[in-house]
Amino acid sequence: MTTNVPEAGRSTLGARPENARPTNAQLVQVSKLFGTFAALRQVSLSLEPGCCYVLLGENGAGKSTLLRVLAGLLRPTHGTVRVFGDSQPHDARARIGYMSHAPMLYDELTAQENLRYFSSLYSGRPCLTPAEALRQVGLDPDLNRLFGQYSQGMRQRTSLARVLLSVPELLLLDEPFSNMDVESVRQMVALLAGFRQSDRTIVLTTHQREHAAPIADFVITLHAGRVASVDPGSPTQ
Amino acid sequence: MTRALFTHLAKDLRIEWRTLDAMISMIFFSGLVVVLFSIAFDPRGAFSQQIAGGVLCVATMFASVTALNQAWAREIRHQVMDAQRMVPSAGAELYLAKTIANFLFVSIVQIVLAPFFFVFYNLHIAGDAWQLALVLPLGTWALVVNGVFFAALSIGSRNREFLLSLILFPIFIPALLAMVQAVTSILTGDGDPALWIKMLLGYDIIFTTASLLLFDVVFHAE
Repeated sequence: MTTNVPEAGRSTLGARPENARPTNAQLVQVSKLFGTFAALRQVSLSLEPGCCYVLLGENGAGKSTLLRVLAGLLRPTHGTVRVFGDSQPHDARARIGYMSHAPMLYDELTAQENLRYFSSLYSGRPCLTPAEALRQVGLDPDLNRLFGQYSQGMRQRTSLARVLLSVPELLLLDEPFSNMDVESVRQMVALLAGFRQSDRTIVLTTHQREHAAPIADFVITLHAGRVASVDPGSPTQ
Repeated sequence: MTRALFTHLAKDLRIEWRTLDAMISMIFFSGLVVVLFSIAFDPRGAFSQQIAGGVLCVATMFASVTALNQAWAREIRHQVMDAQRMVPSAGAELYLAKTIANFLFVSIVQIVLAPFFFVFYNLHIAGDAWQLALVLPLGTWALVVNGVFFAALSIGSRNREFLLSLILFPIFIPALLAMVQAVTSILTGDGDPALWIKMLLGYDIIFTTASLLLFDVVFHAE
């Protein structure tokens, strides 16, 4: 894997010949404008299978927007996004797992009910059972408590369990370590390390670089919507 | 199509069963309208037969709007809708399930309200009573199918509750007219409500088809 330090006005990562390793996702000169505000400016990225990309940057740098563009929840104003070959992200959405700041689950249902609901919507795709997904994130599947009564850390883990349900090949995780205690972070990092080794691509944003360091193949720093730096990580897991 | 539809519907019914949010607000609101109108107008004699259809429809309409304003509130609260946009099933199924759920909620409110309505307005049905079982569901569907669609359309707006009423009421006028005329005709026994029932049926078919075809655009809008 070679990385280019971004040129002025153009943010590039992983530029390589066309016949090199396959990519799970590719952004080419992607910009996203909200009115006159540019949340992303000419971002180009190639995301390889089996790699973990950690996005750093201050608030408003464009990290969440980048994830939402990759998830197909936002359309780029300029540039192209390809996920799994020639697909638009929207066409490949069953293969993408997206975890937002918000838990994306119903307060009025239990964790099991929430996960059962979402797994039923992935017809034709082999999914984990809700109990398996909850066990993977270290939660008790038999806990009969409404999701709204969960602690922040438990909500975060349940949210990750929802993402894992469909066994996605591209995981987009927005602040997955927020509100989690040290032990929970350690467990989540170990879990993500396992996904990375099974050739899935992980893109995660965080403000706590040290948490993601053990699995980070690349650390991408965004500043004002541009890629300010790309540093190779030193994964230990 | 069917499996996802039932999954969404079961989820909505389960949540409403646990919280009763929509039902309680609708029952209180519609009950209040019925009582206030019975105080404002003399509920005795033929006049009450004349206005009862209108009162019933208006009570249903205002009560429904309190629920329809909250139709997508749970999906917005924790960005659940983003997770729903990421699943491979069609948005139209989510929409249809939400419409059926709200239709059931409003219908239950009408059933609860009916005895009070007959008592407060001293009503007796002069026409064919069974036709009410046709008119009320058709009129309710007309209201809910548009209400759920426009509630989704106004999600991104800061004044969404105001916006829903502003868009929904003018569009609902033809169905409201047909519903009021048909109910009045059944209650008084004057005239044949068949034309109004056909009009309601046509309205429902047109707006249900249009909403189903357009919902994916609204659902996946940024």
